[in-house]
Amino acid sequence: MKSDTRRLGSAFLLFFIPVILWLLLLVVLPHLELLRLSFTGNGRPGEVGFSLDNYMAFFKEPIYWLTFVRTAMYAILVTVLVTAIALPVSFYITKLVKVRAAGFLMVLLLVPFWVSELIRVYGWIILLRESGVLNRLLVSIGLFTEPVEMLYNDITMVMGLVYTSMLFMVIPVIGVMEDLDDSLIEAAHDLGASRLAIWRTIIIPHCTPGIVSGGIIVFMLVLGSYLTPNLMGGKNSLWFTEQIYNQIILYFNWNQGAAFGFLLLVLSSLIIWVLLKLTGQNLKEVVK
Amino acid sequence: MIRSLRNSKPYITGFRLFIIAYFVFLFAPLVITMILAFNDSMYPSLPWEGFTLDWFFGNGPKKYGIFHDQANLRAIGTSFRVAVAVTILSTFLGTCAAFLFEQHDFRFKNALYFLMIAPLVIPGVILGISILMFANSIGLTLEALTGLYVEFLGPGFWLIVLGQSSFISTIVALVVIARLRKFDRTLEEAAYNLGASQGQVLWYITLRYLRPAIIGGAAMAFLMSFENFNTTIFLVGSQATLPINLYLQVRDGSTPVINAISFLLITGVSILAVLNLSKGNKPVA
Amino acid sequence: MQYALSVRNLTKKFSAFTAVDNVSFDVEDGKFFSILGPSGCGKTTLLRMIAGFYTQTDGQILFGGQDMTNVAPNKRPVNLVFQSLALFPMMNVFENIAFGLRRRGEKGAAISRKVNDVLERVSLPDAGAKQVHQLSGGQKQRIAIARCLVLEPRVLLLDEPLGALDAKLREHMKVELKKLQAQVGTTFIYITHDQSEAMVMSDQVAVMNAGRFEQVGTPQDLYHGPSSSFVAQFVGSNNKLRVSLRAAGRGKYVAKYANGLQYPVPETDYLEAGDGWDLFVRPEAMIINPSVQAGDFNLMPATVKSILFDGGNSRLLVSPRGTDDELVVALPQNRQYDAIRAGDDVTIGWDPTKSVCYKSVDWKLYDEE
Ligand SMILES: Nc1ncnc2c1ncn2[C@@H]1O[C@H](COP(=O)(O)OP(=O)(O)OP(=O)(O)O)[C@@H](O)[C@H]1O
Ligand SMILES: [Mg+2]
Repeated sequence: MKSDTRRLGSAFLLFFIPVILWLLLLVVLPHLELLRLSFTGNGRPGEVGFSLDNYMAFFKEPIYWLTFVRTAMYAILVTVLVTAIALPVSFYITKLVKVRAAGFLMVLLLVPFWVSELIRVYGWIILLRESGVLNRLLVSIGLFTEPVEMLYNDITMVMGLVYTSMLFMVIPVIGVMEDLDDSLIEAAHDLGASRLAIWRTIIIPHCTPGIVSGGIIVFMLVLGSYLTPNLMGGKNSLWFTEQIYNQIILYFNWNQGAAFGFLLLVLSSLIIWVLLKLTGQNLKEVVK
Repeated sequence: MIRSLRNSKPYITGFRLFIIAYFVFLFAPLVITMILAFNDSMYPSLPWEGFTLDWFFGNGPKKYGIFHDQANLRAIGTSFRVAVAVTILSTFLGTCAAFLFEQHDFRFKNALYFLMIAPLVIPGVILGISILMFANSIGLTLEALTGLYVEFLGPGFWLIVLGQSSFISTIVALVVIARLRKFDRTLEEAAYNLGASQGQVLWYITLRYLRPAIIGGAAMAFLMSFENFNTTIFLVGSQATLPINLYLQVRDGSTPVINAISFLLITGVSILAVLNLSKGNKPVA
Repeated sequence: MQYALSVRNLTKKFSAFTAVDNVSFDVEDGKFFSILGPSGCGKTTLLRMIAGFYTQTDGQILFGGQDMTNVAPNKRPVNLVFQSLALFPMMNVFENIAFGLRRRGEKGAAISRKVNDVLERVSLPDAGAKQVHQLSGGQKQRIAIARCLVLEPRVLLLDEPLGALDAKLREHMKVELKKLQAQVGTTFIYITHDQSEAMVMSDQVAVMNAGRFEQVGTPQDLYHGPSSSFVAQFVGSNNKLRVSLRAAGRGKYVAKYANGLQYPVPETDYLEAGDGWDLFVRPEAMIINPSVQAGDFNLMPATVKSILFDGGNSRLLVSPRGTDDELVVALPQNRQYDAIRAGDDVTIGWDPTKSVCYKSVDWKLYDEE
């Protein structure tokens, strides 16, 4: 086709050059530099040349790798929780509520999507802290005798992470669920399938692409999240991004920070890859 | 089970309660934040001390509203300038990428496409540090070679713009690609046949057709840039953007002026979101 | 003689596949020229070469004697009405028509005068402010043509422009288009797979098959003197009798039909004895129970299978005695044949000079898709 048709608007280079510059200068080369620095020196000035010190430090110091594992585990937990909540919500909006109300609910759902993470976390802080709104209310109606600190623990942090990443799951899942033909559910129902069976054999398989793309985004966002764990988590609930931040901004040890950053990148790519393999999807389809 | 089938009462009621709880969960923090922007108190908390607009317009001596809060105003200004630059750059890059991947065939197209979507699955923190380090290394090399210090490559305005554009361009590209896929290329041929030059075809037909997607993508780019924290934190120089500035205030405790700022942002964003939705642009995740 | 368009030995290959195979023809100024052929025979490919969207593999295209091989599509004095119409959805009707004029850099006042003129000519004087999606199918059609006509091209190419319309509207638009062409006097090159469109509108018709031109001529020539088996089958409806030929001396041949009856066939130079020939007789050339038992009429006893009443186009479906074949016979509506019932025995007669005989070829008349 290409060689037969006279190319229209075939300013190939006009499009190619900016794109290749973008991808090279802002994506490929910076990450290669990250990789290079992570294998260079050990942070002491003047030490250059190939070294594994930065990675050794990670494995030798339990606080580092424990934080790493903890972060990964919590990211998986949050992704699972988010999926468990997003499925019924999407189902209600696409299949159960009246069509008119569905449009309204969609808009309502999307508004918080656009509000910055920081403001949403701030909302939880003024709601939950010891002097916060919830404590006031509960004490004034006599449910609590005195205010309780509800912030700064792992449960609250997980809740915050679920909250901030929720919509990145709901939107793709609603997208695929809208495409699910109602008559398939009707037919299954007619053939005597129970609710559970319908979910297991019809709805979830149909929604898999949406769940996977939502899952990837949610997992990546949670893993790389900084604000929520930092502001809602307790003193002992360190997040791995905070370690990176500390190395780079506080200790000015860039090489160590680069190694941590690279480890985080490997972890996120690995888990995304496993998720894609398990569900038989590919990235190109999923990111649409 | 679904609307068309008969459902038992407890099933419907149970589901409805769940959805109500979900929306309360979704909106409670936002609504509380907005309400407390009008509380006549020095702290963003109850008890309700009466209605005031001081956190918007107050000009001392005790209460400085947002419109007189120099530090936050400056941060808003910085964020705004960054967002404008990012919008321009990433709209341009994203649109180029959309044309490149939709209308051209070339070797390594798939590999390049994969590289283009990669920034979506790379945590923002990592994008931030790798761009910081890369720019720094180039800066050091240039300084060693020429003895000149290139301001542009140090943390600051331009580095933030480049860092944010690295992934925001991808989002614009995906929005534009979605619309370009639906474009009927015989329209281009028709215009060409009617005597338009290649440039005119691009301008009057193709770009004109893509306009809603490009505007929608640009609006998204603006918002994402304005609100970005994870990437920006590593690239920021002496001038903090609004999210960075707010973060410091939230962490260290502050007056309800943050609520006032949040009120303005939430309202602005809602208006933009509704406008964008009514134009038929679905956000992509 | 100056031709508006001349095509010389034009060939187009898509890698190994030849879509257009050594086609040549000339179109005189101001004529309505149709290219008629089944789906997939290469019509669009041919048109796209003329418009300049494809580069030919071989051959020449000339407009008014000028070679166009290296001229870009936007510089050719030719406009194309696309199969899908390709009206710009983001512009209103006025802007669609003004598009080409603006590209030429014409002034605002001249543009509105010309646009309004052409809208008048296609009988849609008030459509200018409408959006494209507000137009009906037939109106879109006319706007697509107006958009090209306003540029006063030397040649207007139309790629099955009526394809998307429903049957009733198509009938109407056929007549409209013909009138429009006569009125503006532009040379039309019209592509279609519908033989009735080609016959009704054209001065000249080229019948195309598998990338080649089978025959070029007036509709009457094609109908009465098809030059190949393909044309005989594709143009107008025809009855096909499978026969074998036997020499009957002095260059004459007789055709032997399945039931043993024999019919003389008109003399032509390519006939030879043997199996595998087709004898074509048009339905209206067949006469029911011919009263003049003239000796030079071919006669065939047959049984009526059914009566297909369709007003002026009514036909009789008959089966020749001793075979399972079906023939279609025109049934004139002068009440003379009202008494005929299914199952009746009739005699069918035709003038031998109104039949043609060709070697059988099984043409794929319609694409499977
Ligand atoms: N770009 C192409 N590459 C390869 N083959 C092609 C190409 N375009 C057309 N063909 C082939 O050439 C043949 C002729 O196609 P063309 O579109 O010219 O047919 P057509 O006569 O216009 O049919 P229709 O009446 O269905 O529009 C077809 O077999 C088609 O598959
Ligand atoms: Mg065609």
